[in-house]
Amino acid sequence: MEPTPTIAEPALVVSHLTKRFGTRIAFDDVSFTVARGEVFGFLGPNGAGKTTMVRTLGTLLAPTSGSATVLGLPLDPGHGVQIRRRTAVMPETPGLYVRLTVRENLECFADLYETDVPRIAIDEALAAVDLTDRADDPCGTLSKGLRQRVALARALLSSPELLFLDEPTSGLDPVAARDVYGLVEGLRTRGATIFLTTHRLEEAERLCDRVAILNTTLRTIGPPNELRNRLFATAIQIRLAAPLADPDAVFGTVPGFTRWQRDDEGAYLVTVTDPAAAAPALTRALAAAGADVLAIGESRHSLEDVYLQLVDEGPVKDAR
Amino acid sequence: MSFDLRRVRAIIRKELREIQHNRSLLVAMAVLPLVFIIQPLVAVLGLSAKAAAGLSHEHVLLYLLGIPVLVPPVIAATAIAGERQQGTLEPVLTTPIRREELLLGKALAAWVPSIAIAYVVDAAFLAVVALFAQPGIASAMVNRSDLAAQVVFVPLLAAWSIWVGLAMSTRASDARVAQQLSLLASLPVVLCVVLIALDVIPPSPELGVALAALLVVLDVGGWWVTSRLFDRERLIAGTRD
Repeated sequence: MEPTPTIAEPALVVSHLTKRFGTRIAFDDVSFTVARGEVFGFLGPNGAGKTTMVRTLGTLLAPTSGSATVLGLPLDPGHGVQIRRRTAVMPETPGLYVRLTVRENLECFADLYETDVPRIAIDEALAAVDLTDRADDPCGTLSKGLRQRVALARALLSSPELLFLDEPTSGLDPVAARDVYGLVEGLRTRGATIFLTTHRLEEAERLCDRVAILNTTLRTIGPPNELRNRLFATAIQIRLAAPLADPDAVFGTVPGFTRWQRDDEGAYLVTVTDPAAAAPALTRALAAAGADVLAIGESRHSLEDVYLQLVDEGPVKDAR
Repeated sequence: MSFDLRRVRAIIRKELREIQHNRSLLVAMAVLPLVFIIQPLVAVLGLSAKAAAGLSHEHVLLYLLGIPVLVPPVIAATAIAGERQQGTLEPVLTTPIRREELLLGKALAAWVPSIAIAYVVDAAFLAVVALFAQPGIASAMVNRSDLAAQVVFVPLLAAWSIWVGLAMSTRASDARVAQQLSLLASLPVVLCVVLIALDVIPPSPELGVALAALLVVLDVGGWWVTSRLFDRERLIAGTRD
């Protein structure tokens, strides 16, 4: 009996999925869930298995073991066409027909996706990526950034419920990458579920509700903020005009104080359990000690810190 | 299995547009038949008027059936391997298209220009012979059965050659390798055509019907076999589980 997807169902449910090519393991025992409307980042170094995951969930490759459902449909050969009707993939390389114009490329894919009114779908997709005025240019004459935009327009033609973006800003300059960020943010507001692979951490941090870090096995998963907090203790960074005579005496009075250290630039990093509660007390203690405070603020670890910490570690099981 | 003609049409239209914009492909498609007709043309134009009587046992027109065998691999062999090399295959395979639809679209897009070229070359050959050969040569050379053979066998041979080319294209890692293998695989058919043209295998209506029936079976079977050879996973990842 055919499964009947409901809107409350997650967009993706991946359970112990493994893909091998002969003896080479692309990814191993990966499990996660992506909710509808979520922008989900899949991070990992080159060769981590990100593209293979996209290809597998996009029904181009068959998993070696494990199971998955895509928009409520089981990931198996019998549902390939149904899944591909409701999803779209933007591969890492745009893969455009360079001799054909932008519009001719989109016309082909509008028909392949069986769009109801191809002309309208094409015009809307071109407008979404701001390429209406280049519609009649051969794709071979476009810059790499514009080609990425055409590839994104192609992926938007069928108004997919789930969009896989494989390294969408790979090889783009910062301006072109920023344009792509804007487009992804626009898609998020339209309610599309986005599965985005990247090794650009600032991209994941900016765009994604949750990120998963993969290096053949899944290392961790969660919102970028939560990952930082989970992995690194919270600290308050203080810059003073002169070093403290007795830091232990000053910091020891602060509620939730754990330890202190100085960074390479001489600033104090005071580890506390709750920075919001500790900061006022810390300011008072510093003033009482006669210290001249130049700056005080929460020390933030970047997603890069999390990433670098995790990619060399062993697998984290059941990281849903 | 549902079969969507709109997706087939999309592939045909895209392929024909690409062929139209691909000058090197057009040149290759044009040059190959020209090379193929030079020898018979020189031979026919060199005949004296007295030789007309001896032409009744020769089938120069059948020799031209080699053209629909040799032209299609130029297009068909690059159809899959070429797209794979250019990175355009993956986006197509992420759409709802089925492999049977993709291959039929590719085959029809190669078939239409191939048979058009074959018929145009046939017509050009006959026109040159009629205009420049010695009196009596053209009328002695052209007979109804050979013309009928052209009409029947050009599409059938082109289709067979296309399926061979597509089959090679789905398995070869490189478009040029696929082209060369396709041409190599076509040679036995060309040899057969030449032997019939030279009357080594005497042509007859019975032989014509049998060969046409065989080609119809091979053409339909070719679609099925090529579809089975088309392996998404190997084409995308370059390897298999």
